[in-house]
Amino acid sequence: MLLIEDLQVELAGKTILKHIDLEIKPGETHVLFGPNGSGKTSLLMTIMGYPQYKVTGGKIEFKGVDITHSPIDERARLGIGMSYQRPPTIHGLKTRQMVQICADTRGKQDVDVEQLARKVYFADFLERDVNAGFSGGEIKRSELLQLMAQDPDFMLFDEPESGVDLENIALVGNTIAALLQKECMPSKNKSMLQMKRERTKMGLIITHTGYILDYVTVDKGQVLYDGVLSCSSNPREILRCISEMGYEECVRCTIENN
Amino acid sequence: MYDREQLREQAKKALGKAAAIGPDVNLDEFEKAPVDHKYLDDNELRSLPEDEQKRLIMAGLDLTEKERGGTYFQKDTAVIHCKSKQAGVEVIPIKKALQELDWIRDYYWKLVSVDTDKYTAAAELDLHDGYVIRSLPGAKTVYPIQACLYLDKEGLQQNVHNIIIAEEDSELHIITGCSTSPHLKKAAHVGISEFYVKKNAKLSFTMIHNWAEDMQVRPRSVAQVEEGGLFLNNYICMKPVKSLQMYPTTHLIGNDAVARFYSIIVGSPGSEYDVGGRIFLKKPGNRAEIVARTISNGGKIIARGDLIGEVAEIKAHLECKGLILNGGVIHAIPELRGYVDGVEMSHEAAVGKIAQEEITYLMSRGLTEDEATSTIVRGFLSVDIPGLPAQLKSEIDRAVAASDETVM
Ligand SMILES: Nc1ncnc2c1ncn2[C@@H]1O[C@H](COP(=O)(O)OP(=O)(O)OP(=O)(O)O)[C@@H](O)[C@H]1O
Ligand SMILES: [Mg+2]
Repeated sequence: MLLIEDLQVELAGKTILKHIDLEIKPGETHVLFGPNGSGKTSLLMTIMGYPQYKVTGGKIEFKGVDITHSPIDERARLGIGMSYQRPPTIHGLKTRQMVQICADTRGKQDVDVEQLARKVYFADFLERDVNAGFSGGEIKRSELLQLMAQDPDFMLFDEPESGVDLENIALVGNTIAALLQKECMPSKNKSMLQMKRERTKMGLIITHTGYILDYVTVDKGQVLYDGVLSCSSNPREILRCISEMGYEECVRCTIENN
Repeated sequence: MYDREQLREQAKKALGKAAAIGPDVNLDEFEKAPVDHKYLDDNELRSLPEDEQKRLIMAGLDLTEKERGGTYFQKDTAVIHCKSKQAGVEVIPIKKALQELDWIRDYYWKLVSVDTDKYTAAAELDLHDGYVIRSLPGAKTVYPIQACLYLDKEGLQQNVHNIIIAEEDSELHIITGCSTSPHLKKAAHVGISEFYVKKNAKLSFTMIHNWAEDMQVRPRSVAQVEEGGLFLNNYICMKPVKSLQMYPTTHLIGNDAVARFYSIIVGSPGSEYDVGGRIFLKKPGNRAEIVARTISNGGKIIARGDLIGEVAEIKAHLECKGLILNGGVIHAIPELRGYVDGVEMSHEAAVGKIAQEEITYLMSRGLTEDEATSTIVRGFLSVDIPGLPAQLKSEIDRAVAASDETVM
């Protein structure tokens, strides 16, 4: 379980996240909406442990461990993973090696990198340097492939569908669903209910468009507005509200309703 | 008749001549007298003391010779092993060649001038030995030939002269390691190398330096590449040295001749490296590339590169990237000289540090900060070298992987 209590975060001397409370239970996935610059990426980076995001109040707990001030690699080994919006290029490090690293640090040395890569049509990219000259959509697939090898228990996705073409969006959506054990299709020998009970993976997905909702069954939607988590509700309803009235109105109405 | 006497006279006049660049070495501090070492047969070669073997392996030497086409092994001043296992390739000690082979006179001191500086002069006046490696016309070698110049005697100045010839249409790969015995502290190495790549021949030369902290090293090498020929020159130096200065030069003298230089240097504290490459493009269709990756770990590195385009329809590129990790200095000096319309020449140079963003990215995949740093460093040092046989590629990879010890 992820538990965030009254979290306050500063970046470059400016408070960018205020009084954040968030709870994600095992098996749950939330989506995070919010206008540009509202602090969505900042929240994910803070959970991942980026030191430039300075926690000035509150705490983050994961699997019962207080990780508020833990270094990034400790959080990764504890089972948190992130798919980035704009990851850096690492020259001389092949994508194949990167995927292997992801598996190794989680104690799964015998992973079949080739086979994993084929699942996201990325086998042809394994010999290329990580992110070097990758297109927007290729970066997403590369990030997903790394997460597939890493297989974290809690996954943060920063706009996984932005910049992805219509054909690949299904691939990205279904891959995320598989990672989060959220496939919409019931399997032959298990009922939907049984599958739900066995779910342990947790997710937090930033989305502007909500396309991801077509592929991943999401438990909750959250709206971040000006550094504050202003609403928590059914994701489809939030999306409809935002598209009809805009963020400002949407946030006001739900606050009044609560 | 080539005249050793005349060469000696010329050399004597240059004995006091300092090199054009680099710190001046006082050669009087070193001994030049020959040191006796017994010739080793195959079995003795394989049963060298373990710590010595380790040093040799680090320098790319394969004592089992399984994936090698031949071996030249010189310890101090003496040749202790020399053979070719492949038809079409000759490996001969240069002193023997000078006595027995007439044709060597067409190559000896023909590219490097004996009076270049006091180091070339010393190599003529007190020549210890060196190798002649020649691939015969049309011979395509499968396995690389290995050469090792080893220093064991404290205070010695080792003077070596090498001649490498790839005859027309032949293919020749050489890996040469220079190393010192584990106990050696102070010594000097002077190495003259002359490379002849003939019409449509391909020569790759991979040099791994593994010196000691108080070593003075002054290689002097010049290559000449004829029509359609390819010269691939790789240089790796990851270990400390007192001072190393070299500026290998290549002349592309035939149409479509190509030269590529790749160097990887890690500069340790107290070490000074002045290393570069110079390529003259003299004929249409010539191509040249110089790629350097340097890391300063507290040492001083001057990375030079000089491309000279003398005719139209040539293409040349120079890439010099440096990382300063734990202090030290990297001084990149890239030069391009175009003498006519229609040359295409470019360079990129950068000196910097590891981006924090890359470290944190890898940490979020579970690597510790140190593991992330060394992963990035290894990536930085790994350059793709097209046309290099797999055995040599793995030697380079191994040297780069071992850089962790020096860098971290
Ligand atoms: N290095 C920085 N220095 C100062 N302010 C920064 C820095 N990085 C980000 N910010 C600011 O922090 C705020 C939150 O940014 P964040 O990236 O979290 O927004 P976001 O919700 O992810 O936006 P988007 O939807 O555009 O991706 C923005 O106002 C942004 O300009
Ligand atoms: Mg963002």
